[in-house]
Order: sequence, then C-alpha cells, then structure tokens
Amino acid sequence: MLNPSPNQSKKGVIMGQYIVRRLLQAIPMLLLVSIVLFALVNLAPGGPLSQFVRSRRMTAERMEVLKRQFGLDKPLPVQYIIWLAGNDWMEVDTDQDGVKDSYGTRKGILRGDFGFSFKTREPVLEEIMERLPNTIYLMGITLLIVAIVAIPVGIISAVKQYSAFDITITTLSFMGQAIPEFWLGLILILVFYVSLDNPITGESLLPGGGMYTIGAEFSLVDRIRHLILPVLMGVVGWVAWWSRFLRSSMLEVINQDYIRTARAKGQTERKILFRHALKNALIPLITMIAIDFPYVFTGAIVIERIFSWPGMGRLYYTSATSRDYPVLMGVLILGSVVIILSNLMADIIYAYLDPRVRYD
Amino acid sequence: MPKKPVEKNSTMKPPETMASLVWRRFRRHPGAMVGAVILIILILSVTFAGLSPHDPETSDIKNRYQPPSWTHPFGTDGLGRDILVRVLFGGRVSLMVGFMVVGITLSIGVPVGAIAGYFGGWIDSVLSKFIDATLSLPGLMMMILIAAILREIDLPIVESSTTLTIALVLGVLSWPTVARLVRAIFLTFREMEYVTAAKALGASNFRIIISEILPNGLGPIIVEATLGVGYAIMSESTLSFLGFGIMPPTPSWGNLLDNAQEHLSQYPWLAIFPGLMIFLTTISVNYIGDGLRDALDPYKLLQEIKEV
Repeated sequence: MLNPSPNQSKKGVIMGQYIVRRLLQAIPMLLLVSIVLFALVNLAPGGPLSQFVRSRRMTAERMEVLKRQFGLDKPLPVQYIIWLAGNDWMEVDTDQDGVKDSYGTRKGILRGDFGFSFKTREPVLEEIMERLPNTIYLMGITLLIVAIVAIPVGIISAVKQYSAFDITITTLSFMGQAIPEFWLGLILILVFYVSLDNPITGESLLPGGGMYTIGAEFSLVDRIRHLILPVLMGVVGWVAWWSRFLRSSMLEVINQDYIRTARAKGQTERKILFRHALKNALIPLITMIAIDFPYVFTGAIVIERIFSWPGMGRLYYTSATSRDYPVLMGVLILGSVVIILSNLMADIIYAYLDPRVRYD
Repeated sequence: MPKKPVEKNSTMKPPETMASLVWRRFRRHPGAMVGAVILIILILSVTFAGLSPHDPETSDIKNRYQPPSWTHPFGTDGLGRDILVRVLFGGRVSLMVGFMVVGITLSIGVPVGAIAGYFGGWIDSVLSKFIDATLSLPGLMMMILIAAILREIDLPIVESSTTLTIALVLGVLSWPTVARLVRAIFLTFREMEYVTAAKALGASNFRIIISEILPNGLGPIIVEATLGVGYAIMSESTLSFLGFGIMPPTPSWGNLLDNAQEHLSQYPWLAIFPGLMIFLTTISVNYIGDGLRDALDPYKLLQEIKEV
C-alpha cells in the first residue's frame, strides 16, 4: 500500500515490538532446554569422555590431561558455560603444575562446536551437515504431499458433513491414526518389495530401501522409485490427523454467525466457501505446520531406520545404539532450536493474521 | 440441603444422574461401542492367556517358523514358540504400560496444571516455562536418549528396561500435554462466579481446586487420558521396535516386531499379527475417546437435559 494509514503504521510498530518480545522470550527457553540436555548427558556414565575409556591405549594420566583440556575437571556449572561458550578464551593448566600453559580447545555450541563423534572422530556438525540434506529431501516432499492431499480432503469432508465421502474419510483417518508407523512400513515392504513384481522385468515392483540404486548412474526414475515407499509411510499418519484437524476447524467456522449472515445476504455457496470460510478455517493449519515442520530437519527415526535412509533420524538411531552422546546432543539441540523457532513463527503469523490475538 | 419428598403418585421419573446421562449418550456412538467391546475382549484374552496349551517361553526347535495353522493360529517364531500366546503375553505388558503411563501423566500433569492455572502469577510463569521447555524437546528422540542412558547406569529400585522403567520414561515425557490442558481449564474456571462464591464462603484454595473446579473440568481430562492410553501403547511399541524399550525375553507388541523385518520375505506372519494387535487396540481406544468427547460435551449435555 502506498500511503499506509496512521492506524496501519501503528499496527506495524506494535507488531515489531511483539516480534522482538517473542524473540527475547525464546532465549531463556533455549537456555532451559540446553541445561536439561546438558544435565542428562552428564548423567550418563563416564560423561562426555566415556568412549575414550574403552580405548586400550588410554592411560590414566592421558585421561587426566584430556579431562583438563576439555575442562571436565571444573565444577558442573563451569562445565556448562564451557560447553556453551567454549574454553579457547581461557588458559588451562593441562599438566597440573600450577601454571596455566595453554588455551582450551573447545569453541562451545554457540559457535557450532558440538564436539567430536565418539565413533568416527569427525566433528559432530560435519556429520549432521552430511545427513541433513537427505532428511530435508525426504521429509520436505512428504510434508508437501501431506498438505496437497489433506487440505482439500479435510475441507470437502466438512462441507459435505455426514455424506458418504465424509464418513469414508473419517473412518480412514481413524485407521490412519491408529496404524503403527513401523508396522505400516513393514507391510509396505511386504506388499511392494517382497510380493509384487514388475510384470516386465520380473524384479521387485519397488525397492525396499536406500536413496538410490548403489553403483547405478543417476536417474530421476530410480530416485523417485526409492522415494515412494518411505514417503507413503510418512504420509498416511500425517494425512489422517491433518485432515481430521482441518475438518473440525472448518466445521467450527461454517457454523459461525458471519457465515449465516453471508448466506442470508444471498451469497452463493461457492463464494461463501472461498471468500469467507476458507480464510479463517485455514488459520489452524499454521499450528499443524508448526508442529510438523521440525521433522523436516530432525527426520523420522522409524522411516529412516526401516528404509535405510541416510538422514538425521538414522544418524540419531545409530548414534543411540553406539552411545555416541556428542552426536545425540547435537541432533537434539538442533531439533529443539527448530521446534522453538517454528513455534515462534507460528505465534507471529497468528498475531499477524488474527486481529483477536492480543499482543501480550 | 433438606431433601424434598418425592411425590409417589406423580408420573415424573427421578432426575437422571450425570453418569447415566453420559452413558446413554456414549451408547449412541457406534464406533465407541464397538471400540469398547473390542478393548474388553482384548483385556480378557490377555488376562486369561495362561489358559493356552502353549507356553510363551518354551522353545520347540522342531516347529520353527511354522506358518499359521489350527494348532498355531498366528504361526510360530524362530524358536518354535507359538506367536498367538506370545502376542497375548506381550499384550499384557503393552496394555499395562499404556495404563501406567496415563497414571503417571495424570498424577504429575493434573497437580502441576491445576496449581499453575489456579494461582497464576509467578508460579504460573515458572511452571509454564517448564512445561513449554519439555514440549520443545523432540519426543521420540528424548525417549531413546533417556532409555539409552538408563540402560547404562545402575539405579536403585528401577532396573533398566523393565516395564516400570519404560512407563516412567514415557510418563515423564508426556505429562506436559495434560498439564497444559488442566492449566487452561483452571484459567477459565477460576474466574467463574461459583468460585468467587466459594471463596466468599471461606473455602480453602485446596478445597476449591479439588471439589469446586476439578469436577467441572473432568470431561476433557477423561478424554485426554483415554487417548493417552493409545498414544502410550504406540510409543512403547515404537521404542521397543527400535530396541530401546522393553527387552526380550519379556515380550511386548513392539519387540515382537523387532527382528521381523529381516525375515519379511520368508516368514511374513512374524510381522503381521503383533502390529495388527497394536492397530486394533489404538483404534478402539481412539473411538472410545471420541465417544466420550461427544458424551461429555457440556453443551450437548445441556441440550439433552432441556429436551428431557
């Protein structure tokens, strides 16, 4: 708009203040989450160095030096600060002769130093960055398909409440929500990989795992064939609850007074739906996206485990089986940050869209 | 309150109790009724699983990987054990975890939510921050982390990977949802006139929370608790499937599926039946929850009372 009315620019200022305030509120939340995670991992036996204990070349003295270098000889609150902000800015007395001789080696998670994986000895951040694109690829496509299917289905279901379509969808959505995700994965493999064969080549209809055929040249068809089953596994449960949620939010809107008013004015059903109802019914969609969006980053452990998908979920799963705590911490921190940020975004969008939301 | 004498000769029935009203409404929900019947059958069959001629633990190497038949309706596993019996014994564990988790969730979530919502102020901000922080942790990942840590340390009382431990892990991570719901209920109700009236009459805070507000907010809490059973069973089975939940030889619906994937091509029945049980239980519980939601809806109840 060229000339914003004074009212609107005032709204902009209030909105700006609201965003800043919400951002500031997110900081103590992040700190609280980080304290909880830090405490948990320190509860684990041996603490962050437990993997080195298992190494045969490790002597007690070397362990002590390592401990001091990592700042693990300090009291827990200091250790937390080091973990958060690093100790490369403070001098450490590695040989314990009373003289501080070298600087610490840690940068702290605030600067992206999540430590090293026990298993691969690689920086945790590198491990995560290696897997992250694969997860975004799988879960991004899944979420997109969920939105494309669930939004129209939920809306039609509500508009045609108690029709055959609605009853079918409601029943299917109850079933979809009750199917254990891992079992669905196994059944999909059983049907499309084990049982059904491609009539022309005689091979399995769809591959039972992996991102692409190993050793084969890049082909789009091959990529898509590998995507179908894992995406389907994620889509079923999500579509079930998205469409149910949208149906009830749409029903709530349809029964409101202003829709009745529009109808009384002689507005066509089509216009009522598209111009009046839809706009408000889709607002709760923001909540659902805010809840499910973090999975695009953290991945789905069960899907990635069943279909050997080299993403974040599988990284987390294998790290948990080998007690690779630095990697677990890294993934958890990333996951929590994404969850907190997407809740924040949802609140801001809500405040922007819904005039009834108060800015406090 | 002095009781009014009921007129014997009038055709008026005595007023219906709340419970019978709710039950009458619940009965009208076909999904909920079917769900309730299935759940009762499931609970009865896991309770009397010991009557089966087969033993869940004894292996029978001659009858390994038998497909479903009359003697073994669900087939046998790699040690020749009857899968039906193992599924039923696993059901004991899974259902028990489901109810235990809801017990834990309610006993933490209701007091925390009630205190936060009723008192407000700084108590509410502290408790709410704590609730929000717990909800900001990726759920399944936290369950795996805590289960993995618990397996490595020796705690008194709670042994690792027992039913109780897993229920504790799930309960500790799922109470915030209930707490948030209860908090919202108390926030709304504490402003009501009858609460002010109770305060004016000198009722203590404890009394107002327990006997004035809580009974009025019971509907949504009951619905949430019911759905919580299904959610807990699902979480336990996922955790056990991934190998971080209940460990063999104790069977649970999740760990029965643990190594089913590698045998999927030869012995698919290993995978089919335990999953089917989880599906049946969860869908029954969800329908019961839906029926209760309808039956306990205060506005619909009010309508009903007026019609009668």
